[in-house]
Amino acid sequence: MQPFGPSLTRALSIAALGIGLALPLAAKAQAPAGAANTLDAVRARGSLICGVNTGLAGFAQPDSQGVWRGFDADYCRAVAAAIFGDPNKVRFVPTTAQVRFTALQSGEVDMLARNTTWTLSRDTSLGLDFTATNFYDGQGFMVKASAGVKSAKELEGATICVQPGTTTEQNLTDWARANRIRFTPVVIERLEELLSAYVSGRCDAYTTDVSGLAATRSAQQRPADHLILPDIISKEPLALGVRQGDARFADITRWVHFLLLSAEEFGITQANVDQMANDPRPEVQRILGKNGGLGEMLGLQNGWAVNVLKAVGNYGELFQRHLVPLGIQRGPNALWTQGGLQFSPPFR
Amino acid sequence: MSDLTLNTPAAASPEAVSRSAPLSQVGLLGWARANLFSGWLNTAVTLVLAYLLIRWIVGFAEWGIVNAIWSVPDNQTQACRDLKGTGACWAVIAEKHRFILFGTYPFEEHWRPALCVLLFIGLYVVSAMRRFWRPVLGLIWAVVLTLIGVLMWGGVAGLSYVPQERWGGLVITLILATFGLAFAFPLAILVALGRRSKLPAIKALCVLYVELIRGVPLISLLFMASVMFPLFLPEGMNIDKLLRAQIAIILFAGAYLAEVVRGGLQALPKGQYEAADALGLSYWQKTGFIILPQALRMVIPPLVNTFIGFFKDTSLVLIIGIFDLLTAGKTAIIEPAWQGFGIEVYITVGAIYFVFCFAMSKYSQNLEAELNRHRRR
Repeated sequence: MQPFGPSLTRALSIAALGIGLALPLAAKAQAPAGAANTLDAVRARGSLICGVNTGLAGFAQPDSQGVWRGFDADYCRAVAAAIFGDPNKVRFVPTTAQVRFTALQSGEVDMLARNTTWTLSRDTSLGLDFTATNFYDGQGFMVKASAGVKSAKELEGATICVQPGTTTEQNLTDWARANRIRFTPVVIERLEELLSAYVSGRCDAYTTDVSGLAATRSAQQRPADHLILPDIISKEPLALGVRQGDARFADITRWVHFLLLSAEEFGITQANVDQMANDPRPEVQRILGKNGGLGEMLGLQNGWAVNVLKAVGNYGELFQRHLVPLGIQRGPNALWTQGGLQFSPPFR
Repeated sequence: MSDLTLNTPAAASPEAVSRSAPLSQVGLLGWARANLFSGWLNTAVTLVLAYLLIRWIVGFAEWGIVNAIWSVPDNQTQACRDLKGTGACWAVIAEKHRFILFGTYPFEEHWRPALCVLLFIGLYVVSAMRRFWRPVLGLIWAVVLTLIGVLMWGGVAGLSYVPQERWGGLVITLILATFGLAFAFPLAILVALGRRSKLPAIKALCVLYVELIRGVPLISLLFMASVMFPLFLPEGMNIDKLLRAQIAIILFAGAYLAEVVRGGLQALPKGQYEAADALGLSYWQKTGFIILPQALRMVIPPLVNTFIGFFKDTSLVLIIGIFDLLTAGKTAIIEPAWQGFGIEVYITVGAIYFVFCFAMSKYSQNLEAELNRHRRR
């Protein structure tokens, strides 16, 4: 018997050849996105490629139909609407924490809307520019309401659940040292195990960014049993990122963010954007492109703002749609007129 | 066995009418007596294990079937949460199964990846049947894989174009595993032959390749492919992320398979090589007709072992943001309404992996038995 006879060898080699012929189909290079002019590259390609998180509740996560939903995902749609007038001309590329900066640098994505903390070292050494902080986050603590703890300062001697190797762990240690608080860290890599350790009572408190705490809390059996302490121990401004040295595209992402803020400030919503075109206030007129020609200054059409607002609504609506259901409060993300940090320079 | 005594000529005298063996010696009862209850210690162990097994099965059935919730109206998972872990929430699978299987592929086009999965399975079945082990099999592979590419990408014949980053789920796992092993296997044979070559340059190259690749974990190769490699390319040039991961997997699998094949080459008696030389065969004739058929037959178990390992290793692409089956499963339970139903999703994903791996393992057992029939005494 000759089971692996010449016939099989030949079959294998023909198969290899066939696959080899099919491969160039896969090797098709993407449309170039040079650092110098992202806007032209995006226009030539006909779609914006946006780097998002691989899955973070409220910010970017595919729904059951595989459509990307969330606060960051809608920022991508807003930029696409500003450029093309069509929020669907966007391709979402899920990026992990490790590959996100390379993906941007190498031109695999045009921009990052991926809850990335704006820090000096990242801004200067990673070949990217942060353009606008679309969400002010910060590290906080969650405890069981039954523990009766009202402030993080009361966590003396507590066991605290934390993920290893993140800035979260570093912040926790720094904060404890500064406040002379002794604690026992329970360090668990996998989020699911970490959470079950917290829920089962192995640790008194769980620490991560407040947005993450809120998402976790809302998924508990009885959210009211858990309390997010008011103390914030770190600054985590989550910002949009573009490739370094492309001022035009940086301006576009920055002003899309400011547009969403200004629209909220002046009461322009997804529903009333058409009526607001008749609003007599000069700034509203300029925002909506009735006069001033601001869109053209950005290299876009003057109707860009109308397209963006029709597509996603203003900042407040985005927040209401994606983050409020998770129990995230406006807090520092309220408009400056309401005591928050979100401030837009004037449209003129 | 006891049947052997029936109807034999020895049962000639009337008293010696053949009787069946005592009930306690044959059948299930006999087997149980001999194997499970042969002494007081064995009996005790059997009883304890049986108790644990039954308790576990009852518990699992209670959780997975009796108390389980199979569907909930539009994302209202409160009913599931009220179970507090006493019952499974299979509603998460009912809601998310299409995402787990096909990822972010456009919803209304799901028939395309579904067809691709069926094509892959058909391809495996056809390749497994010996009557197709003819040159035409190569053609079948080429045609089917091209067809799969056309179906997935689209852009021709009225199919809409679907960029690679939207592919996901089971089909990604099958693509990575199938293309990976289809390329890695021929590569491995060449490298294994090269490592035994008398030409120093070729030999050194092959040794270098195998040792370099085996010296680093797959995860770092994937990182290199997705993080470092793009930085070396000229500005604006991009090679598809999936393709980069695929190449990394091919190179990695190739190095491991090469060592398996080399094991087979070395196990072959020297006489086989000498006999082939004595017949005056050329190197490639000798390798193709004499050496490889015997060597590969010997290494079927370790080959399949490596195949199964690589089928599962493809899930490592999650670290570079590709949604394979396992990652799609994990992503499905990020949505707040469905958080906390990980066990149900992992059981489902595990079952899918198991079906594929078990089929491979069973097939290799049969193949091994069949191909080594001549050795049986």
